[in-house]
Amino acid sequence: MTIALETRGLEKSFGGLRVTRDLSLKVEQGARHALIGPNGAGKTTVINLLTGVLKPNAGRILLEGNDITDLPVHKRVLRGLSRTFQINQLYADLTPLETVGLAVSERLGGGGDWWRRMGTRDDVNQEVAETLGRFHLLDVMNERTATLPYGKQRLLEIAVAIATRPRVLLLDEPAAGVPESERHDILAAVAALPRDVTVLLIEHDMDLVFSFADRISVLVNGAMLVEGPPDEVARDPQVKAVYLGEAAHA
Amino acid sequence: MTTLFTILFDGVAYGMLLFVLACGLAVTLGLMNFVNLAHGAFAMTGGYICAVLVNNQGWPFFAALPLAFVTAALVGVALERTLYRHLYTRSHLDQVLFTIGLTFMSVAAVDYVMGSSRIFIKLPAALEGQFDFFGVGIGRYRLMIIVICGLLTVALQLILAKTRFGSRLRAAVDDPRAASGLGINVPQVFAFTFAFGCGLAGLGGALSAEILGLDPYFPLKFMIYFLIVVTVGGSSSITGPFLASLLLGIGDVAGKYYVPKMGPFVIYTIMIVILIWRPNGLFGRAAAR
Amino acid sequence: MTAASDVSSHAIARARWRPAEIAFWILALSCAFLFPSRYLIMTDILRLALFTLSLDLILGYAGIVSLGHAAFFGVGAYSAGLLALHGIINEPVIALVAAGLVAMVLGFLTSFLVIRGVDLTRLMVTLGIALLLEALAERFSNITGGTDGLQGIEMQPILGLFAFDMFGKTGFFYSLIVLFLLFLLARRIVNSPFGLSLRAIKNNPLRASAIGVPVNRRLIAIYTIAAFYAGIAGALFTQTTALASLDVFAFERSADLMLVLVIGGTGYLYGGLIGAVVFKMLQELFQTITPQYWLFWIGLVLVVMVLVGRERIHRWVLWVPNLVIRQLFGRKAVVAVPESDAP
Repeated sequence: MTIALETRGLEKSFGGLRVTRDLSLKVEQGARHALIGPNGAGKTTVINLLTGVLKPNAGRILLEGNDITDLPVHKRVLRGLSRTFQINQLYADLTPLETVGLAVSERLGGGGDWWRRMGTRDDVNQEVAETLGRFHLLDVMNERTATLPYGKQRLLEIAVAIATRPRVLLLDEPAAGVPESERHDILAAVAALPRDVTVLLIEHDMDLVFSFADRISVLVNGAMLVEGPPDEVARDPQVKAVYLGEAAHA
Repeated sequence: MTTLFTILFDGVAYGMLLFVLACGLAVTLGLMNFVNLAHGAFAMTGGYICAVLVNNQGWPFFAALPLAFVTAALVGVALERTLYRHLYTRSHLDQVLFTIGLTFMSVAAVDYVMGSSRIFIKLPAALEGQFDFFGVGIGRYRLMIIVICGLLTVALQLILAKTRFGSRLRAAVDDPRAASGLGINVPQVFAFTFAFGCGLAGLGGALSAEILGLDPYFPLKFMIYFLIVVTVGGSSSITGPFLASLLLGIGDVAGKYYVPKMGPFVIYTIMIVILIWRPNGLFGRAAAR
Repeated sequence: MTAASDVSSHAIARARWRPAEIAFWILALSCAFLFPSRYLIMTDILRLALFTLSLDLILGYAGIVSLGHAAFFGVGAYSAGLLALHGIINEPVIALVAAGLVAMVLGFLTSFLVIRGVDLTRLMVTLGIALLLEALAERFSNITGGTDGLQGIEMQPILGLFAFDMFGKTGFFYSLIVLFLLFLLARRIVNSPFGLSLRAIKNNPLRASAIGVPVNRRLIAIYTIAAFYAGIAGALFTQTTALASLDVFAFERSADLMLVLVIGGTGYLYGGLIGAVVFKMLQELFQTITPQYWLFWIGLVLVVMVLVGRERIHRWVLWVPNLVIRQLFGRKAVVAVPESDAP
């Protein structure tokens, strides 16, 4: 059993506020691992630490055994760690074709070519077409992203991440804000992710978590509360207390 | 040794003046993330109002100062309500273009009405010259500036720390969305703050005529100084801009004294070094969130 | 048609020459024969167009707002002037490239300051660098001629063949050729994957780095290239006017430049070219009304453009041409619309 993504004693504070406390997490190769927790548990901070948007105050992050703690964001992506965003982070003025094309070009090492025209590399074209097709985006590939319906944008959000060929993919609330009618497409796309891609799902929606994950970590106040298979976590009294407590407050 | 003290004294006076001129800009920026390059135009307004009242109408200098404040604030609030508020959600490029446009218009308009040469405000005799304090030459006018600006700074700090308005303002600067969620009327707080900031700039403009010089190109000449104060000082509190102003004032005076030929060089070099070292400003909060 | 070839043809389509573009350049060339008495002002327009093209590369494509682009223009202008004055490089074309390279080096060095921080820091740093250079040029007046500028520059014939004449004919064709070649290069650059990555960075730097784009390296690259372009524009200024004085660094020059670009529209390369023509015409018009208060009118144009909305103005202006083009070339053909303006 190999570990795809690991954190050791991760710490992060803002001012005096400790938002991540001694977090040690192991995600197995090929796992469908979910990271859950009530509002304000520090899930977003964990993602930002993993992807390199934030630097931890202490602790290490390992991707397939290699220390990536000090790598900038884009280098981690090239090493095989990608993410989607809870709120779409797309290029409003670019088309899906350009968006996915750029991701593929960067990975194949052609993103900095300044003399070559776009669309002239067969390997890139092939892969762009394949990715757009898989996420049902071929029909809108030439439209400005900003004009696409929300569901399509959400698909593009995942498609871009996949286009970087991640070995570990961080999915940040993939179905957030998607209308019921378009929800099915998103869930199908998530379910159809290749098995060799390790997925860490950060999610609020318990239905989605329990239908998808084979392992769950519960984060409370920036620290790990419980970790285990879904049925164990569901039975855990501490977890119940946290969620029931939250429900009682709501 | 005494020259050192004189430089320090002049530098502090200069720095405090810069703070009064620029602190409104820091708040505007922190609150609405609005880049107002026309801030100097409000200072110029105050300066010219004061000059006209004192030189042409024979008002006493100290009576004209409050009016400089009020006029600049009124012009500020009028522009804020009619024009600026349409631009808060626009891109920084639009804000920059718009405020440069306003600056250019103000420069040309003042040039047209008042002429292009530098003007001086007639000072009361009590403020002229300097006296000797343990061998250190203390300029009376500069001493008055330190007193006025110092009092203003303390008052601002108190308003921010102790009053209801202050706490609303701090909440709004900290997180405008959360603040409006708490029932704070952010646009109103902003309009008031904007007007107040313009008023302070107007007062600063009147006070600075003697030291910085007042001519129609004032808003352009000092644009970079205001930008330095807010970028080096950060916009999350007024302490940052205050310290940045002092640093800038002392640095500029010392630079002009010790290496006169290098002129403004010293300031720009300090600024560049600081920004290499701390891209978010000396006292700015780290890019969190 | 397979999906892949479909993808390819769509991707290439963006870089295809449109009829309107070809018409534009034919028109530019024909101006030389239509207005033979106006070479000087037309050369002025060409220089401004090249300078604005440079700003478009960083502002329109990469989203870097600069208040001090005149820094590179000025460095190019003084470099070309000094090279000619001291007879270091006598041949204008080589001197032009050399001056561009000097500006490019400066651009590379200062880019590290510019890529850091937010818009506001960028504004201050770019403005500060231009002011710093102006102060330097004033300080070292023994080299730069101070406020009088460089005196007595004499230009040698281009390639040893074409001497500059007093009507500015040589200067005009020289500038037009330089502009066209650099335009072709810029066009190539923006339609490459590199250009695409710049647009991505401008749209969303967070996402750009999250798909593996080395954001800082790309910004450094384009800033350096843009500095080269601005340096060339400055060098052209010196070579065609035999002048270089302190005002090449002036803030007003940088601010005018932004106005030129927003008049023409950002992010489609022609903005600078069209903007330069309109700007110079406006300048002629306003200067005949009130020569001293030109600054007021520039300011007014800026304010009105922003308040009405840049894209709205462009739509109004392009309405008639687009109507004509649709009649001629079918429904889908339109005059290129600035990227930020796309509906």
